[in-house]
Amino acid sequence: MKYIDEFREQSLAHKLAADITAEVKPGRKYRLMEFCGGHTHAIFRYGVQDLLPSHVEMVHGPGCPVCVLPISRIDQAIALASGEDIILCTYADMLRVPGSNQGSLNKARAAGADVRMIYSTQDALQIARDNPDRQTVFFAIGFETTTPPTAVAIMQAKQEELSNFSVFCNHVLTPAAIRSILDTPEAVPLDGFVGPAHVSTVIGTKAYECFAADFKKPVVIAGFEPLDIMQAILMLVRQANEGRHEVENEYARAVDRDGNLKAQKLMAEIFKLRPSFEWRGLGEVPDSALAIREEYKAFDAEKRFSIEWKEAKEIRGCECGAILRGRKKPLDCKLFGTICTPDNPMGSCMVSAEGSCAAYYSYGRFRSAA
Amino acid sequence: MSRRYVSPLNLKHGCVDLTHGSGGRAMAQLIEDMFVKHLDNDWLRQGNDQAQFLVAEGRMVMTTDAYVISPLFFPGGDIGSLSVHGTINDVAMSGAAPLYLSASFVLEEGLPLKLLDNIVASMAKASKESGVPVVTGDTKVVERGKADCIFITTAGIGIVPEGVDISGDHAQPGDVILLSGTIGDHGVAVMSKRENLEFETTIHSDSAAMHGLVADMVRAVPGIRCMRDPTRGGLAATLNELAGQSGVGMALKEADIPFKPEVRAACELLGLDPLYVANEGKLVAICPKKDAEKLLETMRAHPLGQDAAIIGEVVEDEHHFVQMQTGLGGNRIVDWLAGEQLPRIC
Repeated sequence: MKYIDEFREQSLAHKLAADITAEVKPGRKYRLMEFCGGHTHAIFRYGVQDLLPSHVEMVHGPGCPVCVLPISRIDQAIALASGEDIILCTYADMLRVPGSNQGSLNKARAAGADVRMIYSTQDALQIARDNPDRQTVFFAIGFETTTPPTAVAIMQAKQEELSNFSVFCNHVLTPAAIRSILDTPEAVPLDGFVGPAHVSTVIGTKAYECFAADFKKPVVIAGFEPLDIMQAILMLVRQANEGRHEVENEYARAVDRDGNLKAQKLMAEIFKLRPSFEWRGLGEVPDSALAIREEYKAFDAEKRFSIEWKEAKEIRGCECGAILRGRKKPLDCKLFGTICTPDNPMGSCMVSAEGSCAAYYSYGRFRSAA
Repeated sequence: MSRRYVSPLNLKHGCVDLTHGSGGRAMAQLIEDMFVKHLDNDWLRQGNDQAQFLVAEGRMVMTTDAYVISPLFFPGGDIGSLSVHGTINDVAMSGAAPLYLSASFVLEEGLPLKLLDNIVASMAKASKESGVPVVTGDTKVVERGKADCIFITTAGIGIVPEGVDISGDHAQPGDVILLSGTIGDHGVAVMSKRENLEFETTIHSDSAAMHGLVADMVRAVPGIRCMRDPTRGGLAATLNELAGQSGVGMALKEADIPFKPEVRAACELLGLDPLYVANEGKLVAICPKKDAEKLLETMRAHPLGQDAAIIGEVVEDEHHFVQMQTGLGGNRIVDWLAGEQLPRIC
């Protein structure tokens, strides 16, 4: 497969691994956080850590859109879906995320709610067009990667005057989450970040320049292929050794400094910043999420339906919060592999393939068994 | 002028209705003019509620499988051919030669007769090509909305050659794991036609009856220990099943597993792992190391085994993990599928 196999090539991987090993200083630890679940998944799926020297420790970040959505928002989606004459559309992973009392959209569907898995916001629009007598709600989640398609759908709905379509908006912002991880007294010590791949195609590398400067942390934007990640690790180790803290771009084939200006403009047109938003694991994070602007409020499910907000509690013993902050690893959680498994997830990190618990369980648990 | 006193089935515009399952003349006509017409053989023509045949000496195997696939027609097959191939394969995975099939149909009211005719014709073609007749059957019609167009259940029986003893719990450390060809073709072909997901592809389902390949294999290496076709859940599920049944681990090499580039590309695009994608014309075999080369050669000599490969070996492991050395050179588990395999969103 052209442009894919090149980035998974074993001999190049071994060469990069040798370069990293030659670069690390004896006796020094390099704690690097890969922010994105996409990176976490790739590291486990390809066994990247088997090639790295023991000096490099990868800390898994909170960049899994399914994992960071708080239980209360899942509960709200379940309540919405259970309403009369409502079709709730969402991306597949959301169906399995546990809400309060072990509820989930999957279970709501089994109980009769009309919940539909979609691949694109265009599918949600089409469902709305095909069912003019019912309300179609798109349960929108995700970082900056999935936000522009939601914006396009809202814009189209307005143009078409599609009065039975609305969006339950839960889009969140990457830079605010990184700041939240760094800007706390109990912050986990980190030597640098492997920066987001797809998110950065939209927001560009300049979005990370303030962290590199304010927190003196190197950031290397990297693609999701294993060699991308290894190259980024090498670049981060070099920056750490040289005492630099810059934003570098390993993923130059897709990302530039400015990002996708058209997408940014569209997002700014449709969405505004929420003053604060609750993240699973990170708690309330200021300026970290998007809401739909007044001009488009006709398409805002939160305005159209009265969605009751109830405080929801995490499952007792679940360490998703600390794991999402990089403070704990999956094996530090008592529930991991005992009552929390991919088939019966208790916490959100076990649901999505991009969650670190699921990645560790599905690909890496032989390490602890050995 | 001769009169049949029954108007012919309206294949052009007719639909299945509840009378086709009510035991009256309409049902008799549907059976005669559709099922018996296509699947024709001596047993069916007897018109009994059961088929009678002589029992051979030796060990017999029996299996049954329900087919509920959507869409009904996909590149390289349809629910009819699949319901024949799938059950023949389940019989054959014991090393047995399949003898007879049964077929029972649950039809949804409103199903166009033309569609049903195409499906039954396709079953008949698959059955004739395989040399395994459908000797008895049943039809039920349910109200609209109580089924999804058509569900087919087939059962099959076969006879195991002497000296062959294949079972999922026979794998031993040191044994070699063979795969008969490229994986993921069926699942990707079906997905390419799913609503909401339609994409252009040249990939065809690998749906095929493998008893011919199996016959060659057990003749060459009667000591094959395990054999299974990796259908739902893909290669990953099959290997985990066998590892669990036999109480062993497995060590695979990703680089040795054959994939079609188009299948890999489609999976890449959809965020799927081809190890978990369904197959309908591939098998996994486990045999003692000393027989592996001979078995591989035999498989490759058969049209359905041209791309056969040795993909790994059985190892001791109290956790029964299926582990794989990745193409990159690292290690990972090839786990059971959790939930459904779904396209990723980010």
